[in-house]
Amino acid sequence: MSLLQIRNVTQRFGGVVAVNDVSMHVDEGEVFALVGPNGAGKSTIFNLLSRFYTPAGGSITFDGHDLMKLSPDQVPSLGVARTFQNIELFEQATVLQNLLVGRHRHRKTSVLAEAFFTRKVWEEERHHRHAAEQVIDFLNLQAYRDKLIAGLPYGVRKVVELGRALATEPKLLLLDEPASGLSVEETQDMAFWIEDIQKQMGITVLMVEHDMGLVSAVSDRVLALADGKELATGKPSEVQSHPAVIEAYLGTSGIAKGGTAPVRSTAEDAAQKTGDVA
Amino acid sequence: MDFVQLVVSGLANGCVYGLIALGFVLIYKATEAVNFAQGDFMMIGAFVCVGLTNAEYMGLSFWLAIPLAMLIMAALGYAFDWGVLRHMSGQSQTSIVILTIALGFILRFAAGTIWSHEPVSLETPFAGQDLRFNGIVLGIDEIAIIVVTVVLTALLFLFFSRTKLGVAMQAASQNQLAAYYMGIPVKRIQSMVWALSGAVAAVAGILFASKGAIDPSAGLLGIKAFAAAAIGGFGSLPGALIGGLIIGLVEPFSSRYGPPGVSQIAPYAILLLVLIFRPGGLFSQSQKKKV
Repeated sequence: MSLLQIRNVTQRFGGVVAVNDVSMHVDEGEVFALVGPNGAGKSTIFNLLSRFYTPAGGSITFDGHDLMKLSPDQVPSLGVARTFQNIELFEQATVLQNLLVGRHRHRKTSVLAEAFFTRKVWEEERHHRHAAEQVIDFLNLQAYRDKLIAGLPYGVRKVVELGRALATEPKLLLLDEPASGLSVEETQDMAFWIEDIQKQMGITVLMVEHDMGLVSAVSDRVLALADGKELATGKPSEVQSHPAVIEAYLGTSGIAKGGTAPVRSTAEDAAQKTGDVA
Repeated sequence: MDFVQLVVSGLANGCVYGLIALGFVLIYKATEAVNFAQGDFMMIGAFVCVGLTNAEYMGLSFWLAIPLAMLIMAALGYAFDWGVLRHMSGQSQTSIVILTIALGFILRFAAGTIWSHEPVSLETPFAGQDLRFNGIVLGIDEIAIIVVTVVLTALLFLFFSRTKLGVAMQAASQNQLAAYYMGIPVKRIQSMVWALSGAVAAVAGILFASKGAIDPSAGLLGIKAFAAAAIGGFGSLPGALIGGLIIGLVEPFSSRYGPPGVSQIAPYAILLLVLIFRPGGLFSQSQKKKV
């Protein structure tokens, strides 16, 4: 039984079919990547998983639960956390405060207990602080702990958002373009963290990513999409050399030129980012 | 001596303005809507307390009437958001603003119908008592207003920084999308912010009515409180309180030392100066966008 199972999901926006009858499954403990050109439907699948959209057809089950029956704020309670392509942090709060908001689903104390600051409240507070500090240590954010998000550089914000998702202690981590806008070194750090998240923390990762270098380095399986349809699924090398995938990226002439892997650099990716809304 | 009395009465007025302004800012931060009925919430809160405690109405104990009035106003705030505003999501800000202005008229009319348009004063245990020393006369009511405001501010600070609900409210007002995916039920939290701002309005109303009389048009005080919130920066809770105190202090001093009529203009003159020299308000949180 897979952790996440998507069956025949279709999503339309007016006349546009953003996701067309896509089925996929993510097994527990694997790193699974969604790749494809801009507008392929990758982010739409993420937004379906987060219950931001309700699909026109198909079903999504996570860990034995029917996701279609939940509202967006109930999805995290099952153990699904996500990051955003355009970074959505609490700007007027510090790094530590952002991570502590990530603990929201684990806070069980009532307002009444909090009003009297009972022993249970005190112990729980300590526990959440400790959990947030562990994330700070794991991601090397010590230098930024008490800084406001509004003043932090892009690369650090990206890491803080990853940290906030980890602070929720998810079973499944959805990463929406974790390497976009990052430098080569920062992308390497991200690759190490994703590996550690999978191997040390045992968290399943589903990511959307354009940087094929990162995808090949960390993914167990890859699903390539174009125009909302599945092109190929398999190991990163298999998918990269699949004729349909090469055609989608480079057009038919790409095959004539004998192109193999459509690897795009981080810089190109950042340049394209602004136009990528799907 | 005169000076101390002016300061105390200015601070007392300022606390009431500040608490109404706090209600404006709470709702603005959480929902990006301005509740122009906030002053009328204050007025209704005062009348509810009058209805509960005055001898001619229910005659309950003053100390029981306060939490009851807060609870009733919280329920009113929650119900307005849940029953009306939640169905308006996706509508323009203008429709919501006009809706709250209309709500203000309805509340004023309802209060006039229930409690009449004559000024009523709230019967408090400390009415008319004052402290005298060295020739200074300070009303207990004015001291009580200042003490209550300080305590309420401290409680709100602890609530927002320490409790699960308070942190969730802050999160939902800073980034709704991210709050959803941290498991925060944003819509319900917004209704709770309306409830909180209703309860704060009740406190402001009770304080206002305890030192003078209340009538249904008292809600128009909300305009001065709106100026206080704008002086403070409209996104900042401490800014709202300090904006209220500034306006409260300026009024008695300008009427005592300035030419006649100046005290009525002074709050708005200060608002203009702030808007010209610090358009974001004194406690502006907005930052220059990096390019």
